[in-house]
Amino acid sequence: MMKAWFKSGSPWIWLTAGAVSINLILVVGLLALIAVRGLGHFWPADIVEYRYQDQTGQASVIIGEEVASSLLPEAQAKAAGHEVLNNAEYLVQFLVKTGNRDILGGDFRWIQEQYIQQKSEPQDLISIERREWGNFYGRLVSVKESGSVIAEGDQAWAVAQEKLAKTLDLRDEIDDLQDHDVGAINYSLERLRLKQRSLELKKQWNESTRLDFANQKQELEKQYQAIQQKLGELNREIKKATLVVADANQKQINIPLNRIVKLTRPNSMGLFDKSIEYISTFITFITDEPREANTEGGIFPAIFGTVLMVLLMAIVVTPFGVIAAVYLREYAKQGFITRIIRIAVNNLAGVPSIVYGVFGLGFFVYILGGSIDRIFFPEAAPAPVFGTPGLLWASLTLALLTLPVVIVATEEGLSRIPKSIREGSLALGATKAETLWRTVLPMASPAIMTGLILAVARAAGEVAPLMLVGVVKLAPTLPLDGNFPYLHLDRKFMHLGFHIYDVGFQSPNVEAARPLVYATSLLLVMVIVGLNMFAIAIRNNLREKYRALEN
Amino acid sequence: MTTEQRRSHGIDISALNRDDKNQGQIETCIKVENLDLFYGQKQALFGVNMEMPRKKVTAYIGPSGCGKSTLLRCINRMNDLVDGVSIKGKILLDNEDIYDKSVNVAALRRRVGMVFQKPNPFPKTIYENVAYGLRIQGINDRHILDEVVEKSLRGAALWEEVKNRLNDNALGMSGGQQQRLVIARAIAIEPEVILLDEPASALDPISTLKIEELINELKEKYTIVIVTHNMQQAARVSDYTAFMYMGELIEFGETSELFTNPAKKQTEDYITGRYG
Repeated sequence: MMKAWFKSGSPWIWLTAGAVSINLILVVGLLALIAVRGLGHFWPADIVEYRYQDQTGQASVIIGEEVASSLLPEAQAKAAGHEVLNNAEYLVQFLVKTGNRDILGGDFRWIQEQYIQQKSEPQDLISIERREWGNFYGRLVSVKESGSVIAEGDQAWAVAQEKLAKTLDLRDEIDDLQDHDVGAINYSLERLRLKQRSLELKKQWNESTRLDFANQKQELEKQYQAIQQKLGELNREIKKATLVVADANQKQINIPLNRIVKLTRPNSMGLFDKSIEYISTFITFITDEPREANTEGGIFPAIFGTVLMVLLMAIVVTPFGVIAAVYLREYAKQGFITRIIRIAVNNLAGVPSIVYGVFGLGFFVYILGGSIDRIFFPEAAPAPVFGTPGLLWASLTLALLTLPVVIVATEEGLSRIPKSIREGSLALGATKAETLWRTVLPMASPAIMTGLILAVARAAGEVAPLMLVGVVKLAPTLPLDGNFPYLHLDRKFMHLGFHIYDVGFQSPNVEAARPLVYATSLLLVMVIVGLNMFAIAIRNNLREKYRALEN
Repeated sequence: MTTEQRRSHGIDISALNRDDKNQGQIETCIKVENLDLFYGQKQALFGVNMEMPRKKVTAYIGPSGCGKSTLLRCINRMNDLVDGVSIKGKILLDNEDIYDKSVNVAALRRRVGMVFQKPNPFPKTIYENVAYGLRIQGINDRHILDEVVEKSLRGAALWEEVKNRLNDNALGMSGGQQQRLVIARAIAIEPEVILLDEPASALDPISTLKIEELINELKEKYTIVIVTHNMQQAARVSDYTAFMYMGELIEFGETSELFTNPAKKQTEDYITGRYG
């Protein structure tokens, strides 16, 4: 019976199918865990008000979001000074995000269920997302403008919302002025300074250029003064309104409206309102810049940096890899040397990525970048331009890292083009180069795209080498902006992979950062999947176009 | 024929002229002189001598591996692509040695077109397949291309079938159509000579018939050399036939003569089906 079963081949099918199932479960499980943990973070949680009396008998009120729960074994509980009621084996405890870091000194607090006397979710509890000090939970007392109360009690909420919308508009205006207009002026001033230095180095600095530069500088100064004045007005305007709020224990504090990002009353929201709130929070997360050591705000610069770096990498690696593969497969005499080169290329794919990072730092940044600075940017010295880690060097390092993949895939594709097609082209009077360019390479393009897909998948997830050649925790400016030459290859940039590491493991506020780690991971996976889908779509399109001659 | 001519397997043009209705119009287009070919150490052609007349169909017959395709591929230097091939002797096209160092191989292949055993259209549109040879020469003028494409497709008796789907992928055509497309592609660049390497062996009988009719039409304008396994086909389409065996040219003469009254015993054995 058993023997017959083995002979039938079924065990083999079960074994292989099982292996596939385990893979599938792992992939789905991984994505599900990241998605649930990451996406759950954006759901507007209800705010709970606890009447609490701890072991010292002191009564207090705690307001916050219930984040997690756990069981505290009796022995540990006793060691922590808790008195275990009812001879329980465990104490049930909750992690509450109490916010109000400025008042309480921390954002999170564990509380024990046995001390909770009453638990409620009043409608009037508010949650304020602030620009600093984290969230505030409590009640709205009144709205003040220029020192005098303009709304109180029931009207306060509506007035606060209205004032906040105005303040946020003003804030956008200020940010826009500061980032674009002032940024552009600073950039121009810096370029003027470099130009002056360059002229001085060339000994062409004379009275006429001095006057010319002085005029230009004055013009820029004038523009700057105008903007500064406008900014001053806006800043006075934005600072007018203030919210008076009370924390759990009725302590009143003033929060200026310009320090507020968002004001919500989650307990009074229905499912629909919460859904809208959820979507808007998520959009803010992917379009906003990070705040407070990356633990608050969005991750847009990291997404942007990742995508831009991968695209640059693809632009560099494709021609290089394809040209190398064409030479190896089409022109080089097949023999011992080409075999050695192939082995070397394949082994290059196995070199640990951090080694590439070290190479990139040593060769690209110091040697290449240093030389470029000496030759082309002497005026910037001693500040480096390209002689410091940056976007260009990170892209080149990753291009080097993924080069073997592209070479191997392209060679594979070239070897699959039937001989008859090449002969057909040659028989029509085409040279070998024309045949390659017009027929063979287009037909091999799906294989080239496959190589590129693998390269993108690897490059987008790589972090270790980037830490050495260009990624930073917080980049003040995007590598792409409105100032000439628009794409700043010398700038440092942010990257989702490094962002995960930084937020999760370098952050002072671990509890607050944890959901962000999941959310950022999810975004990283989504970005990689998106880039891959894009490449796969192109490949399928090409495949359809150059269906092979088989059958 | 004299014994001297017989030993060198040459063809006596004057002798051919005697029987030809269009006397005096026969002239040599391709002349092969003492051609030896080696694949590495192995010799594949032994001292081949022959003269192929202009605007006639010359067929090569012989058993598999006898070197007839190899000889054919010498005429447009397709054998250059094979590693380790060396050639001794001469092939004269219009009295110029095509193996001379000064010869531009791409230019030679524009004069000597070739159609292969298996249809090998490019994975492009029908139009682009035919226009390929012209585009290689840098001709991108839409009017010229349109004209040449239509003319070539008409020349290959394919125009009526494909005129409404010139922008379809050529790989969607039937095998017979693909082979005629490849012929159209070859005649688009107006070669002098067309080499056909078993052009109908992968096709069904009806497509084969069409190709044979086409060959008959094409010989008005082009010198045609065809390799075939099928003796009936050689008898039907060719004016002259060469019988090859083991890398040697055994006999070369007018098709009607060779099939009805072979001079050599080996030829007779082959065409009567005793071996091969």
